[in-house]
Amino acid sequence: MAEGTAERTAKPAGPDLRHGPGRLLVTLYGVFTVGAASRSVYQLTTRFDEAPLAYVLSAVAALVYAFITVSLVRGGEGARRVALVACAAELVGVLTVGTWSLIDPSAFPDATVWSDYGLGYVFFPLILPVTGLLWLRRAGPGPA
Amino acid sequence: MLTPLTVTVGVTALLLALWCGYAALRGQPVKDWHYLGMALVLLLTLAQLVIALARLSNGERPAGDGTAVFVSYLVSIPLCLPVVGVVALGERSRWGSATVAAGALVLAVLQLRLADVWAGGTGGG
Repeated sequence: MAEGTAERTAKPAGPDLRHGPGRLLVTLYGVFTVGAASRSVYQLTTRFDEAPLAYVLSAVAALVYAFITVSLVRGGEGARRVALVACAAELVGVLTVGTWSLIDPSAFPDATVWSDYGLGYVFFPLILPVTGLLWLRRAGPGPA
Repeated sequence: MLTPLTVTVGVTALLLALWCGYAALRGQPVKDWHYLGMALVLLLTLAQLVIALARLSNGERPAGDGTAVFVSYLVSIPLCLPVVGVVALGERSRWGSATVAAGALVLAVLQLRLADVWAGGTGGG
């Protein structure tokens, strides 16, 4: 986490997350980072009072996405472990917020990326972490 | 908004997604023809950007207070294909094609959101 910046040069260190399916995954996570981040910046700056909880959760989601994207781009064993944890956190997040938003809709006057299990985003918020976990496991150094 | 253009961009983006998705299924990287297709859709999105900005400067506004959201969607849209195009350049395998297909799909979804925001729905931010 301390050293190395997110550079896309081909320099495989350990499991290669930056090529093959990893490329697609990184791109999708990049898209979601930009989407979730711009959405939460807009919501937090203009309409924070309307639905503080939903907007804070949107911002958290954006941070998690950004974190995973950087880890995937950096590659390497350390980054792989970190990304595994982050993907698991994302999955827990989308399941928790999804269930929560269905049980108690009043807590969410406005939608978050994770509301209704990511229905508004064609369930991608739910599909991405599962795919990410599978890919990260496969890219790992054998059965850990 | 200019509905025919929005629909055209959406449909051509979907076709591009299918085309590149098919290449990915067959295990092929993106080829020059695919890049030509991307360039065509990109030109359409740029035309959309110019036309929409012209209309905004004429005083037309999306319903509701969605102008900021509308403009942010508007400028994000032409960025989709160049980004995935560059990624696909560095990934000469089926996964490059899959990435372009995903980018084109995102583009089509953004067209839906764009029309939605113009009509007054800001829910998705």
